[in-house]
Amino acid sequence: MAKAEKKKLSGRKRDERVAAYIFVAPAVILLIAFLVVPMIYTVYFSGFKYQIMRPDAMKFIGLENYQKLFSDKNFWLALKNTVYFTVIVVPCQCVLALALALLVSKKFRGVAVFRTMYFAPQLTSMVVISVLWSVLYNANPNTGLINSILVSLGMSPIKFLSDASTAMNSIIFMSAWQGAGYQMMIFLAGLQGIPRDQYEAASVDGATKFKQFLYITIPGLKGTIKYVIMITMIQAMKLFTQPYIMTQGGPKNSTKTLVYYIYTQGFQKGNFGYACSIAAVFFVIVVCMSMAMKKVTAATD
Amino acid sequence: MKKSMRFSNAFGKFMFYFGNIIIGIIFVSPLIWMISASLKPEAKIFANMDSLTTFLPVQASLSNYAEVFSRLNMPLVFKNTLLYIALILVLDLLVNSMCGYALAKFEFKGKGAVLNLVIALMVLPMEAIMLPLYIEMSQLGWVNTLAALVIPFVAKCFSIYMFRQFFCDVPDDLIEAAAIDGCSPIRTFFQIVMPISKTVYATVFILDFVAHWNDFMWPFLVMTGEDKRTIQLAVQSFFGTQPVHYSAIMAALVVSAIPMIIMFIFMQKYYVEGIASSGIKG
Repeated sequence: MAKAEKKKLSGRKRDERVAAYIFVAPAVILLIAFLVVPMIYTVYFSGFKYQIMRPDAMKFIGLENYQKLFSDKNFWLALKNTVYFTVIVVPCQCVLALALALLVSKKFRGVAVFRTMYFAPQLTSMVVISVLWSVLYNANPNTGLINSILVSLGMSPIKFLSDASTAMNSIIFMSAWQGAGYQMMIFLAGLQGIPRDQYEAASVDGATKFKQFLYITIPGLKGTIKYVIMITMIQAMKLFTQPYIMTQGGPKNSTKTLVYYIYTQGFQKGNFGYACSIAAVFFVIVVCMSMAMKKVTAATD
Repeated sequence: MKKSMRFSNAFGKFMFYFGNIIIGIIFVSPLIWMISASLKPEAKIFANMDSLTTFLPVQASLSNYAEVFSRLNMPLVFKNTLLYIALILVLDLLVNSMCGYALAKFEFKGKGAVLNLVIALMVLPMEAIMLPLYIEMSQLGWVNTLAALVIPFVAKCFSIYMFRQFFCDVPDDLIEAAAIDGCSPIRTFFQIVMPISKTVYATVFILDFVAHWNDFMWPFLVMTGEDKRTIQLAVQSFFGTQPVHYSAIMAALVVSAIPMIIMFIFMQKYYVEGIASSGIKG
């Protein structure tokens, strides 16, 4: 009896193991074939002189691509633009998202309407938003909505996308507007996790709303804030769609980003090996950033 | 004293609503302008930019929409997009939930390694691998076919992770009971676990639907044929195609947003939950 039971059990164990391999195999095979293998090839190709038009003339050149990269001023410009975008858009977007979340965190009549309003830009794609804002940002106050508002408020029109000094900031403003609704939803969930009696106790003690925000809300949201910063940061590093549609990297390369530069070198100019070395550097930067964030998170917890 | 407090309370409430209304209007005003412009004749879009009436659809008609449909071959574009999304989502939900379930409930050699692989690959940006991936697609002869859009992106580490988190909470007793009844592990998953896990499927479905509906860069690289375009590619190319009619462009933007809005209306709960839960668990 006990023996039969045991046999049945070990049979089930075996069934389970077989099932497990059947279950994980498709995902693992796909991940390896279309993520791991291309990743290895990014590093591999970066050691070659490889023109896409002449694959036969592929030649191993060691670290030459990287040497070229570090003296390529367009690469440094693209890196600078990407970092600039990230450093500005992350705090702007996160603070905006938190502010919006605080505006609609309490239950009051109409709260769902306001939440939907703040989330609405998320219901359209980045392509749609980029096309729409290209029109809104038009430098001519007779055809650009934002400039016409500026003029009617007595200000002088701004060239937005057609001036190297304002183009990236215009993209930042638009991106923060489009993205904030998403992070707002994450903050709302985080706010719900803060026990309400903490606020009640604080207001009995006479703490002002601002003090409550500083000493209850912010510490209570610590984990959420870190997570939001991390995803916004990684998202920001990948900037491509907005400059591609709105400015084609211009004016004067002021909105050319790292991903844009990978695209230009690899797909437009056909310098595949060189583009792979940019992609490898890009990868290292993104991974270092997320590891650094995890370190910071672990250290302060 | 009391009176003034009540007054300040009411005032605070008023300011709260006032602030919400002002910010809310500023937030959606670009979208309102887009919708209103899509209904106006081309000559009227920029006619009264200096007054608030620019947000109102004057002489509203659907002729811009007719223009979009005739110039962009919308039925084909929608067919391309929906086929792509339907295919990838069916495979995505199946493959990733199976993997997530195995990682949650089965004991097998290499489990730790698979889990580590999934977590490690979560940070890998697609942009870092798109060059060799493109070569891979062209060697397989997949460029300009659905396969290039679908197959490389079926397996998603984030989806696997979400499924695993959910399945970890499925009670072991339930699975044991099925096993005692003679139900094989595979059948247990499909007939017992899957039907009680609708929420996680709905959440992953809506998150990935949105991601693929909005996807631009990869389709842009591999679907170069005009008859292969997805909705985002069609909208992007329409923006630069002569004759540039801004009213028709706005109509195209609205059309491309409608399926997302419909999805949001029906799946709002799961969408919001999906976004929120990613934050709590991350």
